[in-house]
Amino acid sequence: MTNFEEWNGFEGRIWKDEVNVRDFIQKNYHPYDGDESFLADPTDATNKLWGKLQELQKAEREKGGVLDCETKVVSSLTSYGPGYIDESMKDLEQIVGLQTDKPLKRAFMPYGGIRMAEQAAESYGYEIDPELKYVFENYMTTHNDAVFAAYTDEMKLARKTHIVTGLPDTYGRGRIVGDYRRIALYGIDYLIEAKQHDKDNCGCGNMYDDVIRLREEISMQINALKGIKEMAKIYGYDISKPAKTAKEACQWLYFGYLAAIKTQNGAAMSVGRVSTFLDIYFERDLANGVITETEAQEIIDHMTMKFRMVKFARIPSYNQLFSGDPTWATLEVGGIGMDGRHMVTKNDYRFLHTLENMGPSPEPNLTVLYSSALPEQFKKYASFISITTSSIQYENDDVMKPVWGDDYSICCCVSATQTGKEIQFFGARANLGKTLLYAFNGGFDEKHRIQCGPKMDRITKDVLSGEEDFQMVKEKYEFWLDWCADIYVNVLNLIHYMHDKYYYEAAEMALIDTDLRRTFATGIAGFSHVIDSLSAIRYAKVNVIRDAEGITEDFKVEGDFPKYGNDDDRADEIGVWLLKTFVEKVRRRHTYRDAEPTTSLLTITSNVVYGEATGAMPNGRPAFTPFSPGASPSYGAEQNGLVASLNSVAKIPYHWSLDGISNTQTINPDALGHNIDEQKGNLAQVLDGYFDQGAHHLNVNVFTKDKLLDAQAHPEKEEYANFTVRVSGYAVKFINLTKKQQDDVIARTCHGTL
Amino acid sequence: MEGRIHSLETFGLVDGPGVRYVVFMQGCRMRCQYCHNPETWDMEKGTLWTPEALFERAYRYKPYWMRSGKLNGGITVSGGEPLLQIDFLTEFFKLAKAKDVHTTVDTSGNPFTMEEPFISKFNELMEVTDLFMLDLKEINNEKHKELTQWTNTNILEMAKYLSDHGKHMWIRHVLVPGLTDDEEGLNELNSFIKELKTVDRVEILPYHTLGEVKWDELNIPYPLEGVRIPTDDEIKKAEQLLDIHENK
Repeated sequence: MTNFEEWNGFEGRIWKDEVNVRDFIQKNYHPYDGDESFLADPTDATNKLWGKLQELQKAEREKGGVLDCETKVVSSLTSYGPGYIDESMKDLEQIVGLQTDKPLKRAFMPYGGIRMAEQAAESYGYEIDPELKYVFENYMTTHNDAVFAAYTDEMKLARKTHIVTGLPDTYGRGRIVGDYRRIALYGIDYLIEAKQHDKDNCGCGNMYDDVIRLREEISMQINALKGIKEMAKIYGYDISKPAKTAKEACQWLYFGYLAAIKTQNGAAMSVGRVSTFLDIYFERDLANGVITETEAQEIIDHMTMKFRMVKFARIPSYNQLFSGDPTWATLEVGGIGMDGRHMVTKNDYRFLHTLENMGPSPEPNLTVLYSSALPEQFKKYASFISITTSSIQYENDDVMKPVWGDDYSICCCVSATQTGKEIQFFGARANLGKTLLYAFNGGFDEKHRIQCGPKMDRITKDVLSGEEDFQMVKEKYEFWLDWCADIYVNVLNLIHYMHDKYYYEAAEMALIDTDLRRTFATGIAGFSHVIDSLSAIRYAKVNVIRDAEGITEDFKVEGDFPKYGNDDDRADEIGVWLLKTFVEKVRRRHTYRDAEPTTSLLTITSNVVYGEATGAMPNGRPAFTPFSPGASPSYGAEQNGLVASLNSVAKIPYHWSLDGISNTQTINPDALGHNIDEQKGNLAQVLDGYFDQGAHHLNVNVFTKDKLLDAQAHPEKEEYANFTVRVSGYAVKFINLTKKQQDDVIARTCHGTL
Repeated sequence: MEGRIHSLETFGLVDGPGVRYVVFMQGCRMRCQYCHNPETWDMEKGTLWTPEALFERAYRYKPYWMRSGKLNGGITVSGGEPLLQIDFLTEFFKLAKAKDVHTTVDTSGNPFTMEEPFISKFNELMEVTDLFMLDLKEINNEKHKELTQWTNTNILEMAKYLSDHGKHMWIRHVLVPGLTDDEEGLNELNSFIKELKTVDRVEILPYHTLGEVKWDELNIPYPLEGVRIPTDDEIKKAEQLLDIHENK
């Protein structure tokens, strides 16, 4: 059995003989049942560094959102020397490592697409080095080149009309979480040996294409591991052996994450479930008198500061989709183990406490893996942090654990993935709202005025009302759902084939098992509007208004009808039908590398862009206006208060939407109770009630609409510099949102006006 | 049997202990000058519900009524004036008690009388009601009549009746500057409350102007036009006079 002196004091054997971080955690972590009173304030060093970083963030905002941008150096693991928040204070930094040579400077990452890298730089007022441009244009194939070379005409058309959109063909797919903890626990050399062993056992000598591909991939992974070791050396660290202390464990782990963000500008670059793992090191050091609580908090604060600094150069169309410069450096706390012990540790408190020590922040995307069985003290502390910062989200461990076990990470905004055991092929989402309009218009696109897909019969009735009309529309819609699923799955197959080939995530894959599971994450946009539209036809009277070409222009609804978001089964069951129908149509199809199809009801902020591409809908939603995000009910549809709305969302079965069901709610603080003590107890009680019914996710914002309006009017006020709001699946600084998206957030229901 | 319901709120945190499902009944005879729900006065409006259908709807929210494995919430019926539809109310609460749901009535006490058939019905209601939230709007009968167009004799009688029968109650008093905040009145109110044996909580509800717009919508002149909301000091003073320290 392998044994390192760095492992002194750790229990267990299985994890020593093989790469198995979960086994290590289960054998060694200590659940913490106490309250937050042990937590330490920020140190002087933390205040100084955070003060400096805030200055830099201010300068970044003043420069229009980008402080600095690389134009000459292609980002790689070792393309830069060491970088610090501030050269003169570098000794204060407990955890080191920047993406480039300077803080908040965006790296040049052309492998996803040279045109995109160029566009991104241009939009910030930078010009990339012409020689580099020439090399990439003439001697390299990027992911983007390859995808567009292979697309069919119909795929390009579907992309243009935005029936499928937001696809990772112009940006890195992301959502792949390396098990960065492995570096801390085993050191790089052990990991290289293990991968070498895998390569030796890959295939029996017959060179089929899957064997060839995998052998090449493992060899890229081994090179990446060597590169990570070199990268750490630049900062003066030898990470070939396991980490000895908590500080080293944090640093080793962070180097793994840094490797990922130096080599990939994926849409979501999650940190993963690191908190409980790291706590084991902190507990050992605290017990041995190696560090104090103040030092422990300082290390976590500084590590978190690094997660707050992750930056990518993005193209304007990306920023419209995902507004506010998000990176989804998602990091989890809480959860319950398979053996029934909760996994809350002191370190979980420390991560939440960073929001007090350094103020609210959208990143890292702190996620509480929730269960009503979590310790009461912890639930109340998390609620308290929600009420005071609106910076955290909740996901239901009770529904995720049976599917993903007790060592899953959140790989994007809300989607679970088994850490180090699987990856996800990110698939953006299909616009099922527009698909309904294709059923009306026989595939003629209402916005782009072109035929998209097969030319089919249109719906010609002027008035739709009652069961018969509902069934007629539903039947036509099912045909178009099938068409949409078909083109969508095939577009994704092609994208992920090319991504693997031309923009492979070697550094992240090196920290994931060689024999891994793949999921195929499709998604749905326009969910609530389709439900309400079909419900309006079934239960009220819908007048169809068509333009001169006979294309639907508007819909006028007469009478009241059940709307999703009111705990009305008549509407909610249409939602469940829609989800299941679409998922079944996706599942019928072949997926790249036999990935297992999943589906999400989450839109990030792309609900605005999807909505703008979509004409008026039969529920009365005006043309080209934002969709409601994720699984959230339509604007103004909720008429029975917060928990009725929560109940509607809770009816969607998670096992049919394994990629996540995102719900965002804003609560007026006064409606939660008279004082903070009442408020935090009440919020925890609502979370218990919601999640005990099997709901998946909740973003909780606690503030008044007036505050949003004031922040929009006076973004320069000091108090709004870090004002964070949760949107669909992530958090943003409100003042960094586009005006349109600010309006969208303001328009959403704020529950609890008395 | 059907009841007239004005509206439903699934998430009430200030209408009784814990998280409440709040039913606002339609219809009230009082004409309180500060009423913030004048749209619930009309006896003919509202939506008709059977007790069974209403309970089925409310019971969906049971998961939100627990805290740490203990009951912390339930159903509150407010209004309008719930006692005007006492038959419906009792039937509704019987269904709730059959499922061990905590029940609260938020009432002005105005329909209360010791006469039959009301008092028998009220006795039946008491059996299925865990908590009465009773508004004592004004202790001085003359002023009460001016404030609400009704006298308070039967309301005070109801408070005593509940006390005599061991029914738990919360007493609430709306504080309007210059109208219901005089020291003498509050002292007298305090003495009255002190005589009651089953008061768990006394609450000051500071007057607010959010209801004013509803009067405008109904084209009724707002009697408290120009009256300001009480200051924090005034609220504190009233709380002292009513001996409110720390509400549990």
